[in-house]
Amino acid sequence: MSHSYVNKAIPKVDYKALVTGKAVYTDDLAAKDCLFVKVLRSPHAHALIQEIDTTRAQMVPGIECVLTYKDCPDKRFTMAGQTYPEPSPYDRLILDQRVRFVGDAVAIVAGYGKEAVNKALKMIKVKYEVLEPILDFRKAKDNPILVHPEDNWKSLCPVGADNKRNLCAHDTCSEGDVDEVINNCEYVVDQVYHTKANQQSMMETFRTYTYMDAYGRLNVISSTQVPFHVRRILANALDISKAKIRVIKPRIGGGFGAKQTVVSEVYPALVTWKTGKAAKMIYTREESLIASSPRHEMEVHVRIGADKDGIIQGIDMYTLSNTGAFGEHGPTTVGLSGHKSIPLYGNAKAFRFTYDVVYTNVMSAGAYRGYGATQGLFALESAVNELAEKMQMDPVKLREKNMVREGQVMPAYYGETANSCALDRCMARAKEMMDWDNKYPCRDMGNGKVRGVGVAMAMQGSGISSVDTAAVAIKVNDDGVYSLMIGATDMGTGCDTILAQMAAECLDCSIDDIIVHGVDTDSSPYDTGSYASSTTYVTGMAVVRTCEVLRDKIALKGAEYLGCSVDDVDFDGEKVVNIQTGESISRKEIGNRVMCANQDTLFASEAFTSPVSPPPYMVGMAEVEVDKETGELELIDYVAVVDCGTVVNPNLARIQTEGGLAQGIGMAMYEDVVYNAKGKNYSNSFMQYKIPSRLDVGTIRVEFESSYEPTGPFGAKSIGEIVINTPSPAIASAVNHAVGVKVRELPITAEKVFFGMQK
Amino acid sequence: MEIRFKLNGKPAQAEVSGDTVLYDLLRELGCYSVKCGCETTNCGLCTVWVNGKSRLSCSILAASIEGQEITTLEGVQKEAEEFGRFLAEEGAEQCGFCSPGFIMNVLAMIRELSNPTLEEMKEYLAGNLCRCTGYMGQMRAIQKYMEMKKEA
Amino acid sequence: MLTINHYVKAKTLEEAYQLNQARNSRIMGGMMWMRLGNTRIQTIIDLSDLELDQIEETEDTFRIGAMCTLRQLELHEGLRSVFGNGISECVRHIVGIQFRNQATVGGSIFGRFGFSDVLTALLALDASVELYHSGTVRLSEFIKQKRDNDILVSVIIEKKASCFRYNSVRQTKTDFPVLACGVAKYEEDGKETWYFSIGARPMKADLVKKQWEILPDISEEKTREYAKEVASKFVYGSNMRGSAKYRQYLAEVLISRQIRSIITEGK
Repeated sequence: MSHSYVNKAIPKVDYKALVTGKAVYTDDLAAKDCLFVKVLRSPHAHALIQEIDTTRAQMVPGIECVLTYKDCPDKRFTMAGQTYPEPSPYDRLILDQRVRFVGDAVAIVAGYGKEAVNKALKMIKVKYEVLEPILDFRKAKDNPILVHPEDNWKSLCPVGADNKRNLCAHDTCSEGDVDEVINNCEYVVDQVYHTKANQQSMMETFRTYTYMDAYGRLNVISSTQVPFHVRRILANALDISKAKIRVIKPRIGGGFGAKQTVVSEVYPALVTWKTGKAAKMIYTREESLIASSPRHEMEVHVRIGADKDGIIQGIDMYTLSNTGAFGEHGPTTVGLSGHKSIPLYGNAKAFRFTYDVVYTNVMSAGAYRGYGATQGLFALESAVNELAEKMQMDPVKLREKNMVREGQVMPAYYGETANSCALDRCMARAKEMMDWDNKYPCRDMGNGKVRGVGVAMAMQGSGISSVDTAAVAIKVNDDGVYSLMIGATDMGTGCDTILAQMAAECLDCSIDDIIVHGVDTDSSPYDTGSYASSTTYVTGMAVVRTCEVLRDKIALKGAEYLGCSVDDVDFDGEKVVNIQTGESISRKEIGNRVMCANQDTLFASEAFTSPVSPPPYMVGMAEVEVDKETGELELIDYVAVVDCGTVVNPNLARIQTEGGLAQGIGMAMYEDVVYNAKGKNYSNSFMQYKIPSRLDVGTIRVEFESSYEPTGPFGAKSIGEIVINTPSPAIASAVNHAVGVKVRELPITAEKVFFGMQK
Repeated sequence: MEIRFKLNGKPAQAEVSGDTVLYDLLRELGCYSVKCGCETTNCGLCTVWVNGKSRLSCSILAASIEGQEITTLEGVQKEAEEFGRFLAEEGAEQCGFCSPGFIMNVLAMIRELSNPTLEEMKEYLAGNLCRCTGYMGQMRAIQKYMEMKKEA
Repeated sequence: MLTINHYVKAKTLEEAYQLNQARNSRIMGGMMWMRLGNTRIQTIIDLSDLELDQIEETEDTFRIGAMCTLRQLELHEGLRSVFGNGISECVRHIVGIQFRNQATVGGSIFGRFGFSDVLTALLALDASVELYHSGTVRLSEFIKQKRDNDILVSVIIEKKASCFRYNSVRQTKTDFPVLACGVAKYEEDGKETWYFSIGARPMKADLVKKQWEILPDISEEKTREYAKEVASKFVYGSNMRGSAKYRQYLAEVLISRQIRSIITEGK
């Protein structure tokens, strides 16, 4: 089917402002004379505040207020931006007497000018009772030291949480007798894989600007992916009515999941609520690296067995996840480590997936692109690569024998059927692009260097089934111009553009006739927010539905103006035509006429939620060059072929893929959050936490092999998250093929490869 | 102390203290294109030109720019829009937060290097981090832009 | 957080020197590192009006002004023609062009930073520093001295080395080095002499000299033995970027490669 706008590489609707550096981000919009908010942070990984004296700090000229735990409601909440009731436990206070990691908030200072605030921060006197921390997540469960001993800790959902055991979540699920199936296998791999915390590292750090409006309401301009959740969370945190809060999302400098947690909002919000004065909090990069919401560190134990023909019979996974000091996204990320990895193998007769999520005294983890699937796929795909090696079989061939196919039921994916799946075509194309058959397993380059290739597959979801909800509203203005109102949050990804493309497609109009703007909880329709790979699929479907209803309304109004029955008219997008007489009235004229003596609004709003979450699929292949003497590794080439269903905007989808791969490459090779023995975070700047530069990512080549998803808009599925999942296992395998070293703990550094070669 | 300098071709003056950094001063003077991404001189977001050379405004003392010529993206709007269109056609402006600093350095590169190879361009721009795009789309945009310039 | 009360652009070196004698005075380089500190500075002294941003070449020396940027080093044709690509190699991985347009040679050397590529390279080239008050001092001596209130005016490199190589191992391409290594070959007292400098150990660069006559037909194994011996003379430490053990091994590999490169390719 040919489209006018869908599957077209339309530049983003907001591009001009971005490339010319216009003032469109949170800090650009904050009033120049507002209060500057900073947080005093704990130097201890675990301590109780015995005394806190703010007298001298309050006397610093320019200081408006200094707030401590005594000034905060004693009602726990979660900062996780999730649909209510949140699976994440209510374990936070804005400020608490107990501090749980180095960097935890101790006091809030607000004043005029950075200098005054910094001066006041130094003058707060705190006496701590220093407690022993839990820093090793393998020792956290049932440890006598408790991260959350408090009685008002609360878990709203049955996720297996128990604060008296340091457990944030626990579950097990299975099908078939996995022990027996694996015991009968000819080939078994039984290994443990370890992924580290990673920082989303969006270029714009966390930031929020708050002020009171004429109605006595707290207005919050924030760099967030979840404006509606921010409204609820702030109401919980401040213990005030939701009617008192308005959240506005301007342009955002990247999110990648980081801004699915309410990291910076509570502090200026509390200040403005208490003082009535405008305030802003701009996280420094250091704060963004020590007190934020990184990827959950996970250790995944995989047992996988295949019969003598290489048919994978059973998969058994146990994931231990480190949620850190608070439980944001702890109970949910972990589930994806099994539920979005095991289903890739469609022939398995049995599976079992068990997990524990534990509290420790490091910074709280959160949501990061891939959301647990990334960690699980590193483990499972690495195990499958090891299985291939054990069987002396090409890992591509092993996957071709076992991969999930269109039409198969996926027991480990909540019993959903793979209605759209081009994974086989992705593999075939990736193989060609990489010239796999000639390059596998490795080539000695004759200069002390060897090039190996590695492969991995991945899947993700498209929204959270039966949870994510998106409403869209479209109204007709003067001259028949449309306003498209969405609650989904464009964070640079381009959803404002692709949703406008869909609307223009459905309404048969020019994209220039569609007005889109940022989110405002006062006027935008409800949307759970942009996370869980939901926007294209869930909000996209809401656009499609809304357009259908609106078209009918326009036709009806047109018929009225033409003085005929609605059954006799056709709306072609530009005009309503009486098909009997050929008489017509333009959309422009209708738009103008409804503004006079009219009782019907030309407005439609529909919502969408899906009982399924159709997975996108992909194959990634890496070619890595390893120095046989030093272990140094260099990514030469990365090939990815993605099935995201219909590609709504090929350029934006390609950039999503290339960008996600680069982040995955960073995770695989460079990025690591390192703590010292006392829990101090060493990876506290871009000098120490190294994200890849353009010299570190090799060449990335992306193609699409589209299936057609029957439940999605124009056959589309998601793209945002899946793209980060393949680099870690593919690069690890390429290194193994090059020099025979299996690195099972990320990142894969030269030193690990070197010592591996010495063995 | 008072300093006088040239900002985007026009005379400017400002009252600064010993530790005012140029980044803060420029934003105060309304140059909102200038962004900060790291505070430790690693990200390139705060790139401006001092006498035509790309530098990091987060670590220049405002007091030291007396008599110098400062250029921000606000001063090269036409070129920014022209190159920006190429960037947008790849979808490679993405969140846009790193775009101003990146574009400043791309325009500096075009002035400094003649017929650079892809490798030379990557090295020249290595100090401009971007977390959204994975860099490939940015490089495609530059290559297409330079091709267009050559033909023009 | 850095605080600075006064900024002064010095008109003469003498003025700068006098101002710098006060306890809380500091000389300003590129402000790359100083800005990150938690220092309270009374007076910061800018040398940028003193024409210290030139690289002067004479028949047998280069005199590099303290305010020269790393980018100037990188692009200088004279340095390239005398010492090959080693000089540009020692700076081109440092962060980015914008950084190198700003970071100064004086700041890099005066800071005596452990991670310094520039220090590692210049040590192997047996550079000297010209100090306003104390006169000219060998770099290898200077880095052992305690920081004082003197002013580094320039760095002097004599055109003594017949061959020079520089190499480093890094995690990302623009990161601090895991290990840095400079090797230079000289004729001293009629004898072939090798200078080996290892930086980012992670402690600051150190120098080992060997009077070795290494013949062109030396075997790989023998080269490696030489390299091993040299590498064992340095002390190594562990940090986030690497363990002491790995660093020592890397030193061995880099030294061995550079010896071979010098022997087989000469200048």
